[in-house]
Amino acid sequence: MRVVLAEDLFLLRDGLVRMLEAYDFEIAAAVETGPELTRALAELEPDVAVVDVRLPPSHSDEGLQCALAARRARPGLPVLVLSQHVEQLYARELLADGNGGIGYLLKDRVFDADQFIDAVRRVAAGGTAMDPQVISQLLTRRSQDKPMGGLTPREREVMELMAQGRSNAAIASQMVITERAVAKHTSNIFGKLSLPPSDDDNRRVLAVLAYLDRG
Amino acid sequence: MDAKRGRIGSALLAAGRGLVLSFAAIAGSCTLFVLALVSIVMIPLGIGLVTTPYILQAVRKHANQRRLLAVTWSDVRIPVPYRPLPKDVRSGFTGQVERTTLMLKDPATWRDMRWMVVDMTAGYVVAVLAAALMVYPVEGFVLAAGLWRVFRDDQYWYGFVPVDSQATGLAAAALGAAVFALGVLVSERLLRAHFVLARSVLAPTQEQELALRIDRLTETRHEAVDTAASELRRIERDLHDGAQARLVAMGMNLGTVEALIEKDPAQAKQLLAMARESSAEALTELRDLVRGIHPPVLAERGLGDAVKALALRLPIPCDVDVELTGRADAPVESAAYFAVSEALTNAAKHSGADRIWVDLRHGEGALKVSVTDNGRGGASVGAGSGLSGIERRLGTFDGIMAVSSPAGGPTMVTMEIPCELS
Repeated sequence: MRVVLAEDLFLLRDGLVRMLEAYDFEIAAAVETGPELTRALAELEPDVAVVDVRLPPSHSDEGLQCALAARRARPGLPVLVLSQHVEQLYARELLADGNGGIGYLLKDRVFDADQFIDAVRRVAAGGTAMDPQVISQLLTRRSQDKPMGGLTPREREVMELMAQGRSNAAIASQMVITERAVAKHTSNIFGKLSLPPSDDDNRRVLAVLAYLDRG
Repeated sequence: MDAKRGRIGSALLAAGRGLVLSFAAIAGSCTLFVLALVSIVMIPLGIGLVTTPYILQAVRKHANQRRLLAVTWSDVRIPVPYRPLPKDVRSGFTGQVERTTLMLKDPATWRDMRWMVVDMTAGYVVAVLAAALMVYPVEGFVLAAGLWRVFRDDQYWYGFVPVDSQATGLAAAALGAAVFALGVLVSERLLRAHFVLARSVLAPTQEQELALRIDRLTETRHEAVDTAASELRRIERDLHDGAQARLVAMGMNLGTVEALIEKDPAQAKQLLAMARESSAEALTELRDLVRGIHPPVLAERGLGDAVKALALRLPIPCDVDVELTGRADAPVESAAYFAVSEALTNAAKHSGADRIWVDLRHGEGALKVSVTDNGRGGASVGAGSGLSGIERRLGTFDGIMAVSSPAGGPTMVTMEIPCELS
């Protein structure tokens, strides 16, 4: 799997390259500025891009803007955005086109290599990887005005993991329950929130995220 | 026709206002001037020390009332030049003495005295004239209508017209009409002249204005330095107790791991997990700290989006409306951001509102922000409240804040910071 990586801090870039290579990713390019990233994304056609939000030369949200532009040129281009801070504002912008293949994680998440690599793979496959902090922000906001359509604590937990983009299998192993139990929970959740059922994993996640964001 | 009626209407209004002003000049200025003079003369006897501050306060109120009328009636702006009394004036007799001295030392006090003399003489005449030009013609018309009969034997002078017959009565009416026409033309201008006269006596000279400005700058600079110093202290403490301590613990754990890795791999692994956890916690703490110093979204996106991101973090639905064509200077953006943040936190915590509106725009050389909620109201800018913190923060930039929060709500906090967008 070919990766384009954009990160301006040498130590972090180097560490990410090592980690991705250790998990059999091919590094197509590891760049440090916005313009370089734009060029690499256009020319190298990677399977997934791992991008830091803040890049030189402007040190504003250049990475994010490059990623969004590249996705407009090539809809569904998988992009995993890394940042020192997560903002719902950015999450919204990333999810706005509804195409999937989006990840948005705190940089801290690279501490857990297995989970991080899982997130990269998920995004590359067209799935979603939302940082737990984004989800918990959405939930605290939600729980103030509505008790989440009467979800049980268990269902709520499943929904949090689902909103992060985890598959049923991953949720099952994390919560130490069977996949069938997870499937039952998810259909309950969709029923209670009156969301249209969908077989497609990613549509399902986007629907939940959109539901949480509404309001 | 309508335009003409409008002119007559506004001239009549000006005449009415002239009447009010002439009354204020005689009843207000004259009385207060005499009282103030007596009180000041009585200072050597001791009584004056007690009474003077009260009377001078009343004088200031009276002058401020005129300033307000000047701006609302004739759009004449007269600056308020009084030096603020220090907040820590002692109570009781010594406090009164202190207040008396401070007020007597303020040049604005003596300008008030001078103004009252001018107001009850020249100011009065101008104001009365504005009224008289519209009232006097009435007598002329009444004379023409039949009042002339009373003066058939004994001549009566209306202006320069000796009235003793219907013909001379009509002449009086003609003169009245002429005066009336003159009144329509000039009464508004006379009213304005009254205020301009007041301004020429009341307004501080350029030198005094500069002195006031220096006072204000000294005050805000003190506050800015204090705020900056206490911010630095807070950051130092947070780093010291937080990230720094965690890094020490991590280093220690790693050292132990080094020693244990061969002897007791299981425990070494456990310590490694702890070290990783510490590093994650240190990161979280640093992130919160950074957000408090300069929020990353503000650096990346500017004020509009930073406020939108802030609104998304609130537990209450919040509508943000932004109309900015560029970005303000970084320090201004930062001050505005933290001011909005404080206002939003206040609204979310104390107002009991279920909806908040934020409006951000730039116009007339200033950044204008309003934060409105539909809560229970009753917020005030007291000492120690978050709102007074906002006022201090904005003061450094000559920014101002106003709070409108009647009991029962809604609460509206408005702020203005003079700045240019780039």
